[in-house]
Amino acid sequence: MIPEIGHFALVLALSIAVCQGVMPIIGAHKNDAALMSVARPAALGQFVFVSISFGCLAWSFLQSDFSVLYVANHSHRALPDVYKFSAVWGAHEGSLLLWILLLAGWTVAVARYSSDLPQPMMARVVGVLGLLSCGFLIFTLLTSNPFERLIPAPADGADLNPLLQDPGLAIHPPILYAGYVGFSVAFAFAIAAMLTGKLDGAWARWTRPWTLWAWLFLTVGIALGSWWAYYELGWGGWWFWDPVENASFMPWLAGTALVHSLAVTEKRGLFKSWTLLLAISAFSLSLLGTFLVRSGILVSVHAFATDPTRGLFILGFLGVVIGGALILYAWRAPDLDSTAGFRPVSRETFLLLNNVLLVIATTIILYGTLAPLIYDVFEWGKISIGPPWFEFAFALPMLPLVFLIGVGMHAAWRSQAFGPLVERLRIPGIAALVAGIAVPTFFYGRFGLLVSIGTIAGFWIMVVSLVDPLRSWRRARGTPGMTRSAIGMSLAHFGVGMFTLGVTIVSAFTIETDRSVRPGEQVDVAGFSFELVGLKNVQGPNYQAIEGEIEIRREGEFVAELRPQKRTYIVQQNPMTEAGIDAGWNRDLFVALGDPLGNNAWSVRIQYKPLIRFIWLGALIMALGGVVAASDRRYRLRAPAREHATSLSEEPA
Amino acid sequence: MRQTLILILTLLVSASAIAIDTELAFEDPEMQARYEELIAEVRCLVCQNQNIKDSNVFLASDLRREIRRMMSEGMSDAEIADFLVARYGEFVLYNPRKSGRTLVLWVTPALLLGIGAIVLVRVVRDRMNMPVDNDVLES
Amino acid sequence: MARYVALIIVFAVLIGIFALGLERDPRKLPSVLIDKPAPEYALPRVKDPLSTTGSADYAGQMVLVNIWATWCAGCRQEHDYLLQLAARNEIPIYGIDWRDQRPQALKWLNELGDPYVASAYDEDGRVGIDWGVYGAPETFLVSRDGHVLYKHIGPLDESIWQTEFVPRIAAQGTAK
Repeated sequence: MIPEIGHFALVLALSIAVCQGVMPIIGAHKNDAALMSVARPAALGQFVFVSISFGCLAWSFLQSDFSVLYVANHSHRALPDVYKFSAVWGAHEGSLLLWILLLAGWTVAVARYSSDLPQPMMARVVGVLGLLSCGFLIFTLLTSNPFERLIPAPADGADLNPLLQDPGLAIHPPILYAGYVGFSVAFAFAIAAMLTGKLDGAWARWTRPWTLWAWLFLTVGIALGSWWAYYELGWGGWWFWDPVENASFMPWLAGTALVHSLAVTEKRGLFKSWTLLLAISAFSLSLLGTFLVRSGILVSVHAFATDPTRGLFILGFLGVVIGGALILYAWRAPDLDSTAGFRPVSRETFLLLNNVLLVIATTIILYGTLAPLIYDVFEWGKISIGPPWFEFAFALPMLPLVFLIGVGMHAAWRSQAFGPLVERLRIPGIAALVAGIAVPTFFYGRFGLLVSIGTIAGFWIMVVSLVDPLRSWRRARGTPGMTRSAIGMSLAHFGVGMFTLGVTIVSAFTIETDRSVRPGEQVDVAGFSFELVGLKNVQGPNYQAIEGEIEIRREGEFVAELRPQKRTYIVQQNPMTEAGIDAGWNRDLFVALGDPLGNNAWSVRIQYKPLIRFIWLGALIMALGGVVAASDRRYRLRAPAREHATSLSEEPA
Repeated sequence: MRQTLILILTLLVSASAIAIDTELAFEDPEMQARYEELIAEVRCLVCQNQNIKDSNVFLASDLRREIRRMMSEGMSDAEIADFLVARYGEFVLYNPRKSGRTLVLWVTPALLLGIGAIVLVRVVRDRMNMPVDNDVLES
Repeated sequence: MARYVALIIVFAVLIGIFALGLERDPRKLPSVLIDKPAPEYALPRVKDPLSTTGSADYAGQMVLVNIWATWCAGCRQEHDYLLQLAARNEIPIYGIDWRDQRPQALKWLNELGDPYVASAYDEDGRVGIDWGVYGAPETFLVSRDGHVLYKHIGPLDESIWQTEFVPRIAAQGTAK
């Protein structure tokens, strides 16, 4: 009964979404207040019914109702409850329902927090979101119904993929999807602007906090995925340039460019068509990601098992949504020009550079991800594009960008005199240069040109991001402090610097070795000694494991005890590695069990990973910066009450 | 559909086990380093987007064994790559080689940077001749 | 205006490529051996480790070379069809038992039937690598002058035989 309620709720949600999508937009066009006022209640209604549907699916999992096909395929009686719940979004149909739930959630948020939007704008935005919901609901109901029945029901299910039975991977999809779906809000604002033909600073001010929130969810979501892959997949990697990873990274890059471009549009009414196109692109790339993952068109570890019919449907949806947006863009963009100017050295120029470089980076990743497909379709042979190409190609635009971040942050709007800029950045520059060369050479024992460029860049951004907060902290009493927007910017950029530093050091100085060890023997890596004390059998709720006890010492002193496991899950019978990790702020020690080699010996992979935590910590700080910036007062006040900023560079970006 | 699911799940999980090269393959650290670099650049064709260094399936260990043999026979990296490509095609190498139609893969990033530079110069040149004080913010 | 239209055109082309791509299997590797000389090999026979079989056995004939193994589900699927094909005497089938265990292989051929003129025992997979094998079953069509005409990945059945193999065999018959 519950599954049928869930199914029916979805159908009801669709009919409400149709009203939500169609009526307010017509109402805005005809200036009909009654039609426009359908938007908010419809958004709420859709959210209620989608929630009911989601709840029914979750209930079916928690009750182990194996008469539901989706539950039978992805759950098991012995599965811990928390994973029974996260199994809801563990495969195609359920994750689609999660997507729809989050879309409905964002829509309700927009409906709720849009009191300072003129009603026609609100109606259009909520309307567009409603149309998007319709598309996803139709797709789900027609091709991917999670409530399909399996009669007769099996006694037990096929269990959730052991890789997904993990806390990190349990929350990774909801947060990631919150980001993906969140960009549909910026998209909706863009469509609304194009429908009216008007795009101004107020529009940018409305769009910006929504974009920031989506961006920061996506940042955390990607960081979670990377961190999970590192500790779960057993070989210590944190990014693989896998097509699905790229599919999440591209909207992030476009979203970052969008956040910055919105700043220029809000401040000076410039870059309007850039901003519009970026808003369309960020969401389009999200949709593209959905398509790539669910259509079976690319080879990827992440791909959902699905069939080409679904792929065709998503492709059609993609074509209509993005094609429609691009046609609107072609119609409206030419009329958006303004005649405001700026000098060659100015914040505008740096933000333009930012846009250009990020767009190039996005295009490069898109190209690398799709090239194998393109070559295959045109029968130019099957080619392979892997990490070596991506690392080289991505570094090309990013290297100049990371250095420019430091300068652009301190450039004034309209015109920045060279002298004062150099003056302000001289000391941070020297500090970064010194630290950037000293740290790899003396701390990690090797000087390399490329490595140093990376570490100098990392330190550079970190130091330069602290300049304004430091000045503000030491300011005279009575002078205004930094706005939250500016604090957020400094924080986020500091996070970027941390990230850059972490990536450079871990890429250059990781030590990794595979060894054969017997109990009692020890291996020396990076100045640490790893001793395999013993091995024993361990029983988990739905798995059995061999657990190794590894004692780590440094110069005789005890450092840590790790317990890597080799698990065999009862149902799916496949071996899984749980690595033992000793995490530190400045290094990780990573041990994973391989296979038994006979003669009481086991193969063991040991890794020393310096500064790897900086990667995810940097990302978290970026996201924190986003939260702070999004909570700036001016987004919560009406336009006339905004404070007028001075021409100091600490004015809000 | 179910079979595809099981296949993909199996391959997914096989990705979680680590590669078996347990002894150092070569005594000489330079050869060992070269070996590790080589196997990181060869694709495991049975897997979903993994190299033969990290993969546990027997095709991966067979290919590792062949590479070790070729290296001890004195073949160069290019000759080893040729051997593999002659049998499996360019797809087996993660790093597309610089030749003919794969050349465009290496040139494209630089080309995009060039286009970006042109766009930048054009916009800056247009805007520096416009007045800086006539913002029209609200419309 | 031009650049906006260009954007739409690029997008439309991408959609077209995706639509075409949906019909392809990204994991299927076309053989690079097509129209090239087939690999030469000589291995112990499955049924008799003391005698050898190899490419020399079928020099000058058009043959099928079928890569199989007892651990491979698809091979079990196509085995009955191979027996039928062998019984029709249209083309000799030579087998390469890839990365298998001899006792299991012998059991398989004895219990299920042996469609092969001879099966080579490729214990360590080196010959498989020479043929570019990455997943059994794979079936190669080799011409009289020792070139690979076609490679089929996956179980063989009548419809694939008729669509892919028969036309190529016929074309070879007329071309001389």
